[in-house]
Amino acid sequence: MNASATGIGPSVNATRFRAEHAADWERLGALVARMEKGSLRSLGDDDLLDLPRLYRTTLSSLSLARDTSLDRALVAYLEQLCTRAYFQVYGVQSSATRQLAEFFTGGWPRAVRDLWRETLFCAALIAGAAVAAFLLIRSDPTWFYSVIPPGLAGGRDPSASAEMLRGTLYERGEGGLMVFATFLFTHNSQIAIFAFALGFAFAIPTVLLIMYNGLMLGALFAVFAARGLGYNLTGWLMIHGTTELLAIAIAGAAGIRIGLAIAFPGELSRMDSAVRAGRIAATAMLGTVLMLLAAGLLEGVGRQTITDDVLRMLIGGAMLAGWIVYFYLWPAFHGRNAR
Amino acid sequence: MRAKGRSLQRAFVTPEGVDLRLTLAAAGTRAGAFLLDGLLMLVILVGATVAFVYLAVERTGELLTILWLVGFFLLRNFWFVLFEMGSRGATPGKRVMGIRVVARDGARLTGAAVVARNAMREIEVFLPLSFLGARAAEGAADSFLTLFSFGWAAIFLFFPLFNRDRLRVGDLVAGTWVVQLAKAPLAFDLVGSGHTHRRTFPEEALRAYGIYELQMLEQVLRNEEPAALSTVAHTIRGKFNMVDDRDDYGFLADFYATLCSRLEHSMLLGRRRESKHDSS
Repeated sequence: MNASATGIGPSVNATRFRAEHAADWERLGALVARMEKGSLRSLGDDDLLDLPRLYRTTLSSLSLARDTSLDRALVAYLEQLCTRAYFQVYGVQSSATRQLAEFFTGGWPRAVRDLWRETLFCAALIAGAAVAAFLLIRSDPTWFYSVIPPGLAGGRDPSASAEMLRGTLYERGEGGLMVFATFLFTHNSQIAIFAFALGFAFAIPTVLLIMYNGLMLGALFAVFAARGLGYNLTGWLMIHGTTELLAIAIAGAAGIRIGLAIAFPGELSRMDSAVRAGRIAATAMLGTVLMLLAAGLLEGVGRQTITDDVLRMLIGGAMLAGWIVYFYLWPAFHGRNAR
Repeated sequence: MRAKGRSLQRAFVTPEGVDLRLTLAAAGTRAGAFLLDGLLMLVILVGATVAFVYLAVERTGELLTILWLVGFFLLRNFWFVLFEMGSRGATPGKRVMGIRVVARDGARLTGAAVVARNAMREIEVFLPLSFLGARAAEGAADSFLTLFSFGWAAIFLFFPLFNRDRLRVGDLVAGTWVVQLAKAPLAFDLVGSGHTHRRTFPEEALRAYGIYELQMLEQVLRNEEPAALSTVAHTIRGKFNMVDDRDDYGFLADFYATLCSRLEHSMLLGRRRESKHDSS
């Protein structure tokens, strides 16, 4: 340690430090470099056992070096090594399977349940908008054209005959069903993500987006009900609609949560409030993408192959019941058990 | 330490109670990383599309369309998410620029946070882009709309410049920030255990300098630029009337070792002399 050749030379702390710990630092550096390249799996058992010890040694070297050594290069080296090691020790995600399991058994239902007020609000908004559009178009059919653009209506407007409308409800897909389902899934998911992101603008665009969905629903009902096809349309919509509308309501709820958290942070600081809302909302939003995948399959494939009204409604009802149990009843039960 | 003010250094205390003093990534670095990622995504998209068009035959057309739709969706929404959830917390673009995403509170970077910060890109980047794209396709991109899209994009694009911590809207909502990661080998020991000491220095020369000057000297010694070495050596020799032995590096190395040892010793006793202007 104090092995100055002549015995009279000054020794500095950096030299003593290096003699004592350089081997540990370099071993940690090598381990961290390997972890940064690959995964945890590339490390052996010995390495894994050593990692926390090496990390703590190096961390205490850093704080000692800062206090006692004036060698700036040494402090800089230790700082970067500790930072990299920190992110490998603390910052790394748990395994993908563990995360997925956590998401399905806890994170997702918990997040959705946490958003129940906003979800209820969105559901009411959709329903309210649907009723308003329905009444409006029943009293004056020309309103239809200001709600649904002609391209989207595809001839399903107030001037259509009952035969034509019935045809659209029961036409069987010719093929390309999966393509249709995929298109629906990606398109709707994009809108769900969009509704989430728009929440940042104090949730106002999100509310408008949700309301517009309700308006379209009501307008469609008004047209079909006028031809006595209300019951049949219910089956046509329900098979995928229960899942899709719930997903849209939850995505909207996620956006609204962020908007509210930023506008009215309450006791938390605006930043903390936004972060807390953001993480819950993001988890719920990720879940809606999965819901919309299910809805896309039901709409693109299920509806085109199943043309029985009762069966369509049964499937839609079962899906809704399933979601409600999964989101609202099961976590409550689960939580009580855990306590 | 150095003046905080506008610097990008932030305190970041580990659970063990040590401040790692992270450096936030500069706005330019992050823009570079994003452009790289955007470019990569574009190359993959174009490459895949071209490949699919060539591969498409009667029977496989449907499957390829599905793959393309799903692929496009994943590329647009999950490129950033999947990479940032990995052990390096960085997309390829960020990796090239040497930066990574970190939770602001020092905790584990959760999947929810990564999803939140990247879903916000939807309104930061893709909304104005698709706005313009759709209108341009219809040939109706009037100047007002173009202006509006630009304004919208500019607000979010320059958002990181308007706050101290260089937070993007996504970072704000997710509770993350992006830090610079240095990677440096251990520099050699300037003094060394086998160092033979040949010179002695007058007391006044050693008393003249503080930590700041010592570390400047360290930098000069590590850079080993002859011009800088001789300038510094001459200045010190001239100031304290020392003989020039024509070995600038040896002279400065000895001076560094002696001064460092002395300053460290007084630091141990509680006297920390920051610079030559520090009279304590």
